[in-house]
Amino acid sequence: MSARPHAAGTPTGGPTHTASDTATGSPGGDGALVQAKALTKRFGGYVAVDSIDFSVRRGEVFGFLGPNGAGKTTTMRMIACVSPVTDGELRVLGMDPSHDGAAIRARLGVVPQDDNLDTELTVWDNLLIYGRYFGLPVAEIRERAAELLHFARLDDRRDSRVDPLSGGMKRRLIIARGLINRPDLLLLDEPTTGLDPQARHLLWERLYRLKRDGVTLVLTTHYMDEAEQLCDRLVIMDEGRIVAEGSPRELIDRYSTREVVELRFAAAEQQDAAVPRLDSLGDRVEPVADRVLVYTAHGDGTVARLGERDVHPDSVLVRRSSLEDVFLRLTGRSLDE
Amino acid sequence: MPDHPVAARAAPAGLARAAPMLRVAEREARVWVRFWPTALLTGVMMPLLFLGAMGVGLGGLVDESQGSVEGVSYLVFVAPGILAATALQAASGNSLWPVMAGIKWVRSFHAAAATPVSPGQVYGGWLAWIATRQVMNATLFVAIAALLGAVPSAWGVLAVPAAALGGLAFAAPLTAYSAGRDSDLSFPVIMRIAVVPMFLFSGTFFPVDRLPDWLEPLARLTPLWHAVELCRGATTGSLSPAAAAGHTAYLAAVVALGCWWGVRTFRSRLAA
Repeated sequence: MSARPHAAGTPTGGPTHTASDTATGSPGGDGALVQAKALTKRFGGYVAVDSIDFSVRRGEVFGFLGPNGAGKTTTMRMIACVSPVTDGELRVLGMDPSHDGAAIRARLGVVPQDDNLDTELTVWDNLLIYGRYFGLPVAEIRERAAELLHFARLDDRRDSRVDPLSGGMKRRLIIARGLINRPDLLLLDEPTTGLDPQARHLLWERLYRLKRDGVTLVLTTHYMDEAEQLCDRLVIMDEGRIVAEGSPRELIDRYSTREVVELRFAAAEQQDAAVPRLDSLGDRVEPVADRVLVYTAHGDGTVARLGERDVHPDSVLVRRSSLEDVFLRLTGRSLDE
Repeated sequence: MPDHPVAARAAPAGLARAAPMLRVAEREARVWVRFWPTALLTGVMMPLLFLGAMGVGLGGLVDESQGSVEGVSYLVFVAPGILAATALQAASGNSLWPVMAGIKWVRSFHAAAATPVSPGQVYGGWLAWIATRQVMNATLFVAIAALLGAVPSAWGVLAVPAAALGGLAFAAPLTAYSAGRDSDLSFPVIMRIAVVPMFLFSGTFFPVDRLPDWLEPLARLTPLWHAVELCRGATTGSLSPAAAAGHTAYLAAVVALGCWWGVRTFRSRLAA
């Protein structure tokens, strides 16, 4: 289909033509773009992904949250049809990766964890050659690449080599590259790992833009703030399994209290001594490496009662519960280990 | 070895299988056009320098004392040897470090394998481009050698595909080998203990019957000897059709084995 988006239109263009494509591709009856049942991946004796179920709906941002080694990247590689499924069932865009890998890959955009831009080429040529891998005509790629460079805020870097670009620019270029074929589904593996805060925020803003344009995004992350910011729905993975599923809000409501009081002590002995005295002060008391977390509905009320328990921390912080707390609750470990 | 149904069943027909391969070659071509004068010059300079030093310089001495080598002047004898040997050298250069870059350092092969291009097609496209460059270099060399009087037979045009086939007989297995490695530590060793000895002793600069008796059969087993015989047979017009078919079959078999190995390795590296 050569229909080009209106000059002022979305650079992503995905949803404008996918509705009809999908009708012919006939995905699962519930309109899921990705559907996994008991999906399993083993490398020799090592179980990387252990019988997981999930589905990704059209137009949503779906996340895999978990620490390194949880099986997120392996799951993404199976969805991307570059890693054969060991066991279980996987449907992507209504097709079977073991039979229709090339046809599925033709409709995916992939943003890998490790930059694999072509350092021998310019920014522009990276887009051009990637588009050629999809068999797109050069004239169409030129038009599309211009839109995408604008989207990625790289217009003035068109003829620059890739090497001197900053980490954030490289990431944006990889995302632009992943959109060259107007994918039905964009897969992002740890999209902001290694970026400074400013570059992360710009990237998030660009991803919001894609979401608003109706592009379906699947991402992995070990940053709970990223998951909270971007994901409509997510699964939390740990040791190859899914331990919880829902929207960030649902997960926090289900597995944590409304607020958390963080207490830091001058020395480990003081912390150890304080923990028994905090008993029943909140719903739950969780000592971690450098602080004690008290889970409670009313943070300020809990803080006011510290004195009566003879607890005198160095510093006190009241905050809202986050996905980090959900992860800690579910696995007994913190996300960054 | 795990089974990889994804790559195996992805491409439905011959033509559909070839198109993505050509796009991989196209990527290499687009990189190449940015420095093609240098690439072509270096590709042809080396053999021409050898041709000048060995064929003309050393050849003068040889012809004075020997009269001829295998019935032809030394220049005529050595030109096809240099053609085949530099094809080997170019093929090894293209099949070691650049392949490691595609698999591990730059990961450009992974980028291609995330698109409709399958791992086997990445390998095929890479080889197709190496073959293209071999043909370009050999064509130039044969043309210049002919101008210098080193190609007495019109069959000499067949030295071009012969040299390219010989080059592929190294590139196919070497690319497969490199793709399976985790570091380039072994590459200099391969250059020293395999490529350079083959370059010197496979009938390139002197007939293999001058080798010690125990070494001669070994030299006749190397793909380079077969490539040299084919090229020499073409430029001098002296090879029997049966012998030509035999050498071609041997080289083709090495290429086929290399391809089998390469497709397997690329699948396990790019889609595991």
